[in-house]
Amino acid sequence: MNELTGAQILVESLIRENVKHVFGIPGGQALPLFDALYGAKLKLVLTRHEQGAAHMADGYARSTGLVGVCIATSGPGATNLVTGLATAYMDSIPVVAITGQVATHLIGNDAFQEADATGVMRPVTKHNYMVKDVKDLARVVKEAFHIARTGRPGPVHIDIPVDVQKGKTEFIWPEKVYIRSYNPKTTGHPKQIQRAVELINSAERPLLYVGGGAILSGASEVVRQLSERAQIPFVHTLMANGVLPFDHPNYVGILGMHGKYSANTAMQNCDVLISCGARFDDRVTGNLATFSQQSKKIHIDIDPANISKTVQVDIPIVGDLKEVLKSVLLDVKPTKHAAWRKQIQEWEDKYPFAIKPGSATLQPQFFLQELHRITKGEAIVVTGVGQHQMWAMQWYQCRTPRSFLTSGGLGTMGYGFPAAVGAKFANPDRLVVCIDGDGSFQMTMTELATAVHEGIRVVIVVFNNYSLGMVRQWQELFYKERYSASDLLAMPGRPNANGKDSKLEYIPDFMKLAEAYGVKGIRINKNEQVEGALKEALASSASVLIEAMIAPAEKVFPMVPAGAGLDDIIVDMA
Amino acid sequence: MADMNSSEELSHTISVLVENRSGVLARISGLFSARGYNIDSLSVGVTDDPQISRMTIVVKGSHRVLEQVEKQLNKLIDVIKVSDYQDTPHIERDLMLVKVAADKSNRSELVQICDIFRAKIVDVAVDSIIVEMTGDDEKIEAFLKMVRPFGVKESCRTGIVAMARGSKGIVAPETERNLS
Ligand SMILES: Cc1ncc(C[n+]2csc(CCOP(=O)(O)OP(=O)(O)O)c2C)c(N)n1
Repeated sequence: MNELTGAQILVESLIRENVKHVFGIPGGQALPLFDALYGAKLKLVLTRHEQGAAHMADGYARSTGLVGVCIATSGPGATNLVTGLATAYMDSIPVVAITGQVATHLIGNDAFQEADATGVMRPVTKHNYMVKDVKDLARVVKEAFHIARTGRPGPVHIDIPVDVQKGKTEFIWPEKVYIRSYNPKTTGHPKQIQRAVELINSAERPLLYVGGGAILSGASEVVRQLSERAQIPFVHTLMANGVLPFDHPNYVGILGMHGKYSANTAMQNCDVLISCGARFDDRVTGNLATFSQQSKKIHIDIDPANISKTVQVDIPIVGDLKEVLKSVLLDVKPTKHAAWRKQIQEWEDKYPFAIKPGSATLQPQFFLQELHRITKGEAIVVTGVGQHQMWAMQWYQCRTPRSFLTSGGLGTMGYGFPAAVGAKFANPDRLVVCIDGDGSFQMTMTELATAVHEGIRVVIVVFNNYSLGMVRQWQELFYKERYSASDLLAMPGRPNANGKDSKLEYIPDFMKLAEAYGVKGIRINKNEQVEGALKEALASSASVLIEAMIAPAEKVFPMVPAGAGLDDIIVDMA
Repeated sequence: MADMNSSEELSHTISVLVENRSGVLARISGLFSARGYNIDSLSVGVTDDPQISRMTIVVKGSHRVLEQVEKQLNKLIDVIKVSDYQDTPHIERDLMLVKVAADKSNRSELVQICDIFRAKIVDVAVDSIIVEMTGDDEKIEAFLKMVRPFGVKESCRTGIVAMARGSKGIVAPETERNLS
């Protein structure tokens, strides 16, 4: 009998699962795993922080639909993964995270670098395992990948004590997965589908509300067919940017707190709402009491728990969006809905996203518009969290799905740059642009070392407003301009945090930072410089950091204030 | 169907079949605390199939919350089956051990009360007795009311366990085949 160690079994299993990249950092309780990965037929990427490893696995997964894999040691290695896994969990991203653990006989003894990793991970993963017998390992890995990618996808964690990594057994790769309590439903209930079809056929002002589930399900093509068959306009959430091309005639745009006037107004006035892989998040609906009151609602979701969680719907359909829409399409009648579409166009013309002319300072919206023009909306854009994320959402509409990667559910600052690096590993031939804020970038910029070390090319754009801009915006609008802990640098009239006036112009000086990592830095502060900087960055074969200096007072509009209804949208400050 | 939007507080008894594995109880109690559900009682024990445990959970909430509880439980990979007994005729039982102060002077009076309630005396000491009492919540409360004046030294309860009346039961998919 040919026996393998647990560590070798893990690596063999990863190869059977077609894993090409693994992101992580070694440590004492993971040494056998890393030894087995040494020289294996997959690429092991050393990151500089485990949070970076988890975000890279996430960016890899989001941009491809494959399962991303990250690996860390016990204790601090495992706890450092938590934010990354929670981010993936909230956005339903398939990731498998592997951690080392202290030996089984030491568990519970407060051993060196022991943390209750399964306990910590439980609330932020779809499922997790502690493998106590090496004979279970291959089956567990197979199950973990299956659970991560099927149903409503999500991260799965496997904790492997070091003695199990060293233990030996025969490697038997299971043919099939059998989990009696896990059988996600993919096809919708025929009667519900029939009711949905009838409702759609009777609609006068139908609206497709498309969420991230449409991307996860790979449903772009069927959504397009439905939209074209019955001429149904579509609005989309942050998570569904790129689900259909932005120049599609039925495209209305992004809705929600910082969405378009036309999209939000269409939501409020439609008579039949078809929710496709969206979950009526509070950032989308605003005040529920006034949300889309005139509409009958169809809600298609793979997760039964999403149905009627916040909004009561008329026709719930549990199933995989692509499968369900295929059935729906069979009986949907061709229609025109000309008056309704004209009405939406009028709303669009009334308040389009617009850039104020004649600005003396560099406008982030203008920058993004230029980026969109030059890259034709075909780049993979990855963002941090804050104002820059909302501007990117408004001004960078993608042509294809899986091209706009952003932490929508958890809103994790620091997601952007490592996720961009992960996406680039998966898409070496595509342009990957990270749109970051100076606050978000500082949370994970340490991965510059990983990018440079691995020869990974990402165009990094840092919108530097010397502040935690989104926080500052809320403080300006709703907290009487009391800028509590939102300055990242001394501001005119507000001294440094240490009470002394500072001569420092930059903390940090991102140009010197870029230089320290051997990356080209370009600093600009006027709209006129944008095109030149972008062209230079796009022509480079290595990573480039563009620092775009913008005004701290620049704000994101339109805005539906928290708790207000979509009708109360503030289009701009008077 | 109940009014979904009603915020009226209801109490439901839910039976949950789960894989008998480490971590399952933590997963379920974690779900309840993370989502802010109120559990009145939770009991768990292995079934006749040693691979399967059965939990009985009494949970309070509006209709919407209770619907979410069932759906969220079903989402857990280790959960095999969830049954809400709200609209099903069923039996509920709770077991209590209670230590009551009693000496020569009042022991016989206490024994009489136990007889009436069909409670079992399982331990006798000079100044106390331990009573085992089974019933539903109402019966147990009624009994406690009667013995409190004697002085309750300590008490503990298993929490509700429940089972539907009649031949229909809640079974795991695998054992279903064996039964038919
Ligand atoms: C890890 C984390 N901590 C705190 C927050 C709260 N938060 C949301 S936006 C924001 C400011 C972001 O600043 P920056 O990255 O500079 O972006 P800007 O808003 O200026 O574009 C903060 C602190 C968060 N989302 N994530």
